[in-house]
Formats: sequence, C-alpha cells, structure tokens
Amino acid sequence: MTPVARWPIWAMLWKEFVQMRRDRFTLAMMIGIPMIQIALFGYAIQTEVRHLPMVVVDESRSPQSRALIRALTSTGYFDLEAHLEDREEVRRWVERGDAAAAVIIPPDFAKDLKRRREATAQVIIDAADPLSPSAAIAASGQIAALQTRQMVVQAAGPQGLPSVDVRVRPWYNPALKSSVYIVPGIIGVLLSMTMVIVASIAVVRERERGTLEQLIVTPINKTSLMLGKIVPFLVVGYVQMTVILLVGRLLFGVPISGSLVDLYLGALPFIVASLGVGLLVSTAVTTQAQAMQLGFFYLLPNILLSGFMFPRAAMPEPAQWIGAALPLTYFLLVLRGILLKGVDLGTLAPEVATLTGFSVVLIALAVRRFNKRIDG
Amino acid sequence: MSGLGVEAHGLRKAFGSAVAVAGLDLAVKWGEIFGLLGPNGSGKTTTIRMLTGLLEPSGGQARVVDIDVVASPERVRARIGYMSQRFGFYEDLTIEENIRFYGGVYGLTRRERRERIPQQLTRYRLDQRRKQLAGTLSGGWKQRLALACATVHRPDLVFLDEPTAGVDPASRQLFWNLIREDAAEGITVIVTTHYMDEAERCDRLAFLSRGHLIGVGTPAEITERFGLPTIEAVFIELQRRDDAELGLLA
Ligand SMILES: Nc1ncnc2c1ncn2[C@@H]1O[C@H](COP(=O)(O)OP(=O)(O)O)[C@@H](O)[C@H]1O
Ligand SMILES: [Mg+2]
Repeated sequence: MTPVARWPIWAMLWKEFVQMRRDRFTLAMMIGIPMIQIALFGYAIQTEVRHLPMVVVDESRSPQSRALIRALTSTGYFDLEAHLEDREEVRRWVERGDAAAAVIIPPDFAKDLKRRREATAQVIIDAADPLSPSAAIAASGQIAALQTRQMVVQAAGPQGLPSVDVRVRPWYNPALKSSVYIVPGIIGVLLSMTMVIVASIAVVRERERGTLEQLIVTPINKTSLMLGKIVPFLVVGYVQMTVILLVGRLLFGVPISGSLVDLYLGALPFIVASLGVGLLVSTAVTTQAQAMQLGFFYLLPNILLSGFMFPRAAMPEPAQWIGAALPLTYFLLVLRGILLKGVDLGTLAPEVATLTGFSVVLIALAVRRFNKRIDG
Repeated sequence: MSGLGVEAHGLRKAFGSAVAVAGLDLAVKWGEIFGLLGPNGSGKTTTIRMLTGLLEPSGGQARVVDIDVVASPERVRARIGYMSQRFGFYEDLTIEENIRFYGGVYGLTRRERRERIPQQLTRYRLDQRRKQLAGTLSGGWKQRLALACATVHRPDLVFLDEPTAGVDPASRQLFWNLIREDAAEGITVIVTTHYMDEAERCDRLAFLSRGHLIGVGTPAEITERFGLPTIEAVFIELQRRDDAELGLLA
C-alpha cells in the first residue's frame, strides 16, 4: 500500500527552488526591474529638479544679494538665465515658460542684514510646469533656502547673526527631499505588483502547461500545493526589497532610521498578503496574460489610494475606504515609520496586526477557492 | 483485493449542452490491461478525467480501486497513477528530478525515494540521460519518463491517456513491453489509444463512439463475434453501424 502523502510541501518547495534557479531570465527580471525602476524614479525627480531656468530681480544690488544668487545657482538646482528689472517681467518670463523659478530680492535686503534684522528674499517656483512635480520643486527650493542661509550668514561677516528668510512659494511640501520620501513607497508599490504577478503566474503557468492537472491527480493537499508555490517568492520579495533599499541609499541617500530587523519582520505579513492576492487572482484567470493584466490593474488603486502619492486624509471618503482595504496602505505606514522616522515595530503593532490579518484571510480564501479539479 | 479495479454505472459528462460521455458502464478487473478505443472526440479523455476525479461527473457512479471517486477522490489518488495526454512532468527539471519530485509529492520518505529513484530509472531505461532536462528529450524518452513518474509510488492501477501518440514504432514497441512488465507485477492498466495494433495487445477492449460504448470484450472474442479478421476491421464496422444508427435517428 502506498502511504498517504505526509509532507509533500517539501517536495513542492524543493521543486520551485530548482526551477527558479534555472529560470535565470525571470530571476534577473525580478531583481533587475526594481533596480531600473528605482533608478528611473529617483533620477527622473533629480534631473527635473536640477537646472531649472531662473531669473533674478535684484533690487538690492549689494554684495549680499549677489552672494545669495551665487548660493542658489551653486546648488545646481537653478541656472541663472537673466537679470530682470521688475516683477512684471518675471511674470512674463514664467508665463512664456522661459523661467521655472525666480528670485526677487527687495531693495532693503542688504540694509536689513546690516542692521541685523531679518532680511527677506522671495523664491518663486512655477509649480504648474508639468515636467516638474511640485513637491520636488518645493523641496529643492527649501534646500536652496537652507544653503542660502548659510552662505549669506558667512557673507555678512563673522559676527553676522541676522537670519535670512528665503520664502519659497508655493510652500506645500515640508518634506526634505522627495526621493527620500518616495523610495520607501516604491518598495511597497513594487512588492505589491511583483508579488501578485509572480504568484498568480506561477500557478497559471502550471495550468497552461498541463502540470497542474498532473499535480491535482496526486494526493497533495491544497494548502501544501498553494504554500509550496508561494513560499519561494518570499525570498524574491526580500531580495527585491533589499535591492531597492540599497539603491535608494546609494543613489538618493534614503536613510534607514529604524531597525532593519524591524523592517524585515514588518515586511513579512505584507509580502504574504500580496502573494495571497496573487493566488486569488490565479483562481480567477486561465492565462498568464490575464494574470499580468489583473496584476497591473491591482497596481492602480495601490498607487492612487494607498497614500503612496497623495495623502489619504485629503481624499473623499469612498476613496479612503478602498485605501483601507489595501495591504499597501498599512505597509506604507510601516515603511515610512521605520525608514524615515525611526519608529520601532512595537509602535507599529496595529499596522502589523492588520497586515497579518490580511495575509491569513487572503491565503485561506485562495486555498478555499482553489479546486482540485479541472472543471472549476 | 475485493471488487473491481474500476466499476462505472451510467457515467455521464456534459459540457453545457454537448454530451461528451453518455451513460458509460465499465468493469475493469484487477490486473488486466484494459484498452479504451475510439476516434478523436469520442470521450476517452473525459472518461479518464472523471475516473481520476479531475472532472465531476454529470451523472452516474464510479468506483476506482474499490473507492467512490466522487466522494473520496484523495483516497483514490493515493493509489492510482495517471499519465495525461500532455505528459505532466516539468520540462525544466531533469529526468531524475522529476521522479524525485513526484516521489515526494506522493509522500515517499527520503529512504524510500533513495531506493525507488534508481529502480525507476533502470526499469524505464532512463539511466543514460538522468541528468538531462526533460524538455530536451525525444518523444519515446518523454513517454517513458511520464510513465516512471506515474508509477513512482507503486500504484495499484494506472491510467494512460494516449501514451504512444506521435511516437516512433520502435519506442512504441519498447513502451508496450514496459506496460506488459508492469501488468505482470499486478498493476491494473487502463490505456486509451487509436492505434489498432496496440489494441491487439490489450487483455480486453472497450470501443467508444460519441461518448457511448459500442462493444466490449477480449480481442479474440471481438474478432470472432463479428467474423472479421482484425480489430481494425471490427472497429470500422462498429463505427459504420453507429454512424448509420445516428443517421436513422436524425
Ligand atoms: N472542457 C471541455 N469543455 C467542453 N467540451 C469538452 C471539454 N473537454 C472535452 N470536450 C468535448 O468532449 C468530447 C470528448 O472529448 P475527449 O474526451 O477529449 O475525447 P477523446 O479523448 O476521445 O479524443 C469532444 O467533443 C470534446 O470537444
Ligand atoms: Mg483524448
């Protein structure tokens, strides 16, 4: 008599790893895609922010005002295009699109500095420029402001205590630098997309090739079959996350303020939940192309409603509800909390608990929906 | 072992309004090689899929290895082997890895596998290319690998769905010798084919046409009963009658 299968999940895991090792192309894609994406994302922001054409209205015409202008251009964010005579001209330059930024230094600038009063300069930024995300521009303006402050203080002499208030308008992003803010989000978005797609394709491919039919005829239980298919992708998920973290750190100086252990622990329920979504998708589609389409479709609400790009608090209520149903919404809080704010996992317990709930429910649903038959 | 290897009564399968199998009665004895014959689309694959629990019958009952396959498919599956029309092994695994994998999925322990894998490799003449990826094998080798995977857990009964389709005559010859060896060891074999020379090698045959049985018996009984020289001639005659009947009804 043949013994009933006891631990067929080990056979599944072993097989998946052997296949994964052999499928160099897919493996390279799974690691290469996040690298390319993060580099593009990050650099797109950087190149846009750098070398914005700038015009200057220097009503002060003093060494101090010239120091301020030098300071701004030396940041690399602004290229000085022209000195203009009045503010009306600035409007025309910006409207024509010949300038994306303008600095207006009032006549009293140097005098205020000398009197050790607060001196005011204005930086105007064209936030409507579709090529430059407003957040990035505002952030760059802020950096310019910080550097300017230093330079001007130096220019004012050793005992020069006066502060310089460089007002950047519009002033709606208090974040330091947008790539720093965006990279943690990219980890989450990329993981959701790839985990959903790889998990669903892994099952659908077996269905297309006819090996699933063969597996169904073995006594393997549904849970072993499904877990065996997804567990190897946990490794892929962690590799992806590590790649993005490294690239984010090397290229864009994204900090890791909290503990890495916390981060990797906190990522576990999110990766499992995303794989669970992929398994659910696999029970609903018949071809790999359909699996890909659904995967990309899933990306949309994740990008728009999770808080990745827009703050959820500002969204209409129904959009907030949908966001609340997405694992990414909670994972973003974990990511940003740990990476940017240095929060520990204990503080993020509610989010981690929610994510764990998601992963258990999604996997259970997928196993339940999966039928060990071929007629659905 | 009691009962029959396979016992089906009024087994039926309809896909929407199209009836693929129309009330089949089957009785396969333990240890025999039972051939299911029929042209393409006659319902052979559908029948086997119902008997392995892959498809839910629209009607009728089926007992396989003396267990109700609709009620307890997993108990049946532990004791049967199945070689699908498309060969269910993994093209990106080697011969040896495929056998190891199916051994594991069928719950063989590590020790059992260590003993069983070389046995299967030798028995099915797969030794020489054990490290070759299955996808790069030729037809005859693929077929033998599929059989090795389907029998790795020493099943009592195997279903082979068109195992020799598109394979050269020498490989078919070798394959049938292997099936005979399996049967000699007591494995019940249910095999579908539309090669008539293969039909002669079965212990008993069932002819299928448009989802129903049009004749059952040993090859000798069948040729004798119809007074025709070969199985092929009988097959053509039965098919003609069945078609004529349909013509009358229409
Ligand atoms: N999943 C399915 N959906 C609809 N029709 C099917 C399906 N599977 C088989 N059929 C139909 O059932 C009939 C019998 O098919 P099949 O059992 O594959 O025949 P055979 O194996 O003898 O060639 C054919 O007409 C086929 O088109
Ligand atoms: Mg068929």
